[in-house]
Order: sequence, then structure tokens, then C-alpha cells
Amino acid sequence: MMHATAIVERPAPVLPLVEIDHVGVTYTSSRGSVEALRNVRLDLREGEFVSILGPSGCGKSTLLKLVAGLERPTSGQVKVAGKALSGPPEGLGIVLQRDVLLDWRTVLDNVLLVAEFQKRDLNALRPAAHKILERFGLDAFADRHPWELSGGMRQRASICRALLTDPSLLLMDEPFGALDAMTRDDLNLELARLWQETRKTVLFITHSIAEAVFLSDRIAVMSRNPGQIVEIIDVDLPRPRSLALRESNAFTAYTKRIRTIFTQLGVLKEG
Amino acid sequence: MKFLKKGEESLHIAATFIITLLVWEAAVRLFHVRPFVLPAPSAIFSEFLVAPGYLARNALYTLYSTLFGFALAVIIGFALAVAIVHSRLLERTLYPYLILLNSIPKVALAPLFVMWLGVGIEPKVAIALMIAVFSIVIDTILGLRSVDPDMLSLAKASRASQWHILFKIRLPNALPSMFAGMKVGIAFALVGAIVGEFVAGQVGLGAMIMQAQGSFDSARAFAAIVLLAVMGTVLFYLVELAERLCLPWHTSQRGQKGSDVLVHI
Repeated sequence: MMHATAIVERPAPVLPLVEIDHVGVTYTSSRGSVEALRNVRLDLREGEFVSILGPSGCGKSTLLKLVAGLERPTSGQVKVAGKALSGPPEGLGIVLQRDVLLDWRTVLDNVLLVAEFQKRDLNALRPAAHKILERFGLDAFADRHPWELSGGMRQRASICRALLTDPSLLLMDEPFGALDAMTRDDLNLELARLWQETRKTVLFITHSIAEAVFLSDRIAVMSRNPGQIVEIIDVDLPRPRSLALRESNAFTAYTKRIRTIFTQLGVLKEG
Repeated sequence: MKFLKKGEESLHIAATFIITLLVWEAAVRLFHVRPFVLPAPSAIFSEFLVAPGYLARNALYTLYSTLFGFALAVIIGFALAVAIVHSRLLERTLYPYLILLNSIPKVALAPLFVMWLGVGIEPKVAIALMIAVFSIVIDTILGLRSVDPDMLSLAKASRASQWHILFKIRLPNALPSMFAGMKVGIAFALVGAIVGEFVAGQVGLGAMIMQAQGSFDSARAFAAIVLLAVMGTVLFYLVELAERLCLPWHTSQRGQKGSDVLVHI
């Protein structure tokens, strides 16, 4: 006879994909030392979209470089997939504010660049590259050069380049910061849709409150001098999200809350 | 329409050239200028008819020293640039000496090369190499260094090897300034070859000019100068042609294609 006690199957504890553990960064030069980051703690669970939101100079790009393994913390440690970083970890996808496409390569060959770096089989990846370009409306331009494309198209191509290798962690450093407002909205929607389909773990750096609320599951709000996380906000808005959501009360409640934080910090000053 | 315009342009260039020659010829005849001071264009031209083989032999010799010196300058200049960019130590040790050496008027070193290498083609090639190499090294270093730091971050975060970073990013990125250095370098190589021939030797356009000087044969000296001008110009445009073929993507080469930049879709 079975015992009456129900055997509750507990889900295995999911380790966070990224652990930023009490990280501090201090730059020392002949002019003295500058504390760029202080005691930053943030975990990214697998499949989560997390934004780092803060004013310029708050060290948010430094934070991204730490996770990319391009810089080392002065104190604390960064772990990806349970391992402390000693260099760039495997399986990163990178999108920066500037698209840094190579002028001498066609759009297709630019998209293949990261795969080339990682010595993948390019012939096998070419159909996938076309497919990904098609998804971003760029397949007709596969054989064009970057300088024949608009800023929005170039940034789309750089997103394709990051996605082609199917990264487990996508790092985006103000990817839409240099685009005009309309293109930015457009790409916000595309990114939200893409995330919905692929559920990639994304660390997204931005200084736009609306963009952070629109895209994220969680937002780490940062202040500067020194850069530190002042609050982590869970964004509980339904998905898929549409641009119209941005006019809803639930959405503006979030943006207002974040704006208040920045006002209190003195980052935003109102008359 | 475009073709017509281009034809018109070459017509203007040719017309200016012919008028200059005619005025020159007329002035020499009218004012009875002595031939050793300024020979008439017709006298210079007749040199080509009198001794075509002699001129061709000397021109080929100079061309050969120039090209040989230039080719070595490109190879050595490129290797030096890559080494200096990749090694802090070499940058600190080698680079200052390169600058120091470049500050010496290299013509002053020509007699030394003759003492070291004899009176054959070797000192000519060596001097051509020495004069041409600096612009190539310095421009190549500039090109290799001027890589977008964001591009390097992307490559490093993608775990690209140093090798990949050099060949897929730094090198193609350096090509435009390398070509700028080579365009200066090819002209310098020709100067070097001539300087070498001035200092010692019996063959080459430089030697020919020295011999013409000895016999007050200005027409022959001018014939050599005409050949040098043609040679220098053709070599320059050959480097530019190579540039065009290698860098169709570069801003300076886009021209027509760049103007039909696509608008946002």
C-alpha cells in the first residue's frame, strides 16, 4: 500500500546563468582612484530578460564588460553558468550601441563573422544566416555592403550577427541608443517578439526608462558616483507586449516609479 | 553624358600639353636659346629617334631597381609594422630608431651603400628600399592601430584568436592607409634608384643624366627626365589601380555606388 503522504516533486533548484556577486570596480591612475562600481549584486536566471537602467557614467557598460569577461572586477566575482570568469565565456552574443559592421564584408559575411571567429562550419551555417536575415527583413540585402544600409538596418544586421551562433546569453549595450525614435520603437517590438520566441537570457543596458519597462522581466536601477544598484524592479506586465501597452496605466505606473527613484537620487531634476 | 564629360576633360589636358610644347618650341627658336640651356621639344623628341635602344635599356634598369626596391620596402615595411603593433617591446625599442633613421636625409647615406654593396644594382635597390620603406611602415602602423575599439571588444568577447583579429580585422582595416603609404613609397623608390645611379654606376636614367651633364647634352638629360616623369606617373597610377581593385568598399572609392544609399525599409 502506498503511503498516504504525497511525494511532492520539487523542481531542481535552477542555478542562475549569470551571478554578479558583490562586485566592485575601482580604476586607479596617477590622478587617483575612481570607484566605478560598488557592491553590485545581480543574478540572471536562464530565459530572463534583465535590463540595467541608469544615467550615463553609472558604470552600466562596465558591468556588461565584466559579464563579457573583457574586464575583471577589483572585488567580488562574476560567474557564468556556475564558473568564475577568467576571460570571455563561451556562448555570448554581443550587440553594442555602434553596429561595428566591417565595411569590406557584405551583410551576409558580416553576419557570419562571429561564427568564423568561433571556427564553425560556415557552409552549414549559411542557410541559417539567410533565414535569420529574412526574419529581420534583410535577406534582400545579404549581398550589399553595410554602407549601403540605413542605421536601423545596420543595427538589425548586427543583431543577426549576434544571434547566428545561437548564444546562451545575449549582452546588449544600448543597442538602440543611436537610432531615431521611430526605428527604436520598431526594433523594441522586434526584440520583444524575438525574446518571446527564443526565451534567450538577455542582459540589456539602456538609459531609456520606457525601453527598459517595455522589454524587461526585471530592471536593475543604477545610480552613479559610485555606480551601484539602488533597486531591482520586477516588471509584471503581460506578454506579448504591444506598443499600445506603453499608454496603459500599468505601464506608466512603472515608468513613474522609476522616474521617482531618479528624481530622489538627484539624477533627474524637476523645476 | 558622363562619358562625354570625361572625353572633354582629357581633351582639355591634351590641349594644354600641346599648347605648352608649341609655346616652348616657338620661344626657343624665336629667342635663339642655346641648346645646352634649354633644348627645344623637337630636339628632345629626336633623342628618342636617335637612340631608342640606349634609352630603353637605361629606363628598364631604373625601372627594375625601383620595382625591386619598392617590393622589398612593401614586404619589410609591412613586417616591421605588424611586429611593432604586436609587441610593446619592439614598439619601445625599434620605433624610435626608425624615426631617428627617417630624420637623416637618406641621400647622405647613398655613398655608404656604394662602399658596402659595390657599383652594381644592389646599392640602387637598397637605397630605393631605404627611402620608400618609412612611409609604408608609418602608414601601415597607423592603419593597424586605427581599429575601432568596439570591434575589438566584440571580437574578444566572441573568443576570436589573435590570428583572426589580425587577418580578419586589423589587416583589411589597414589596407587604405597602407595604400596611401605605398603611393608615397613608389615615388620615393624611384628617387632612391636615381640617387643610387647618381652616386655610382654606368647604367640607368640617373647615370645617363650624369653622362649627359659631362658632355653638356641637355637634350639627352631632358629625354631621361621625360622618361622618369612618365615612369613615375605610370607607377603611381598602377598602385592606385591596385588600390581600386583591393578596396572597392572604401569611402574614397565608392563614388557613384555610394550615392544610391538605400533608405530605411
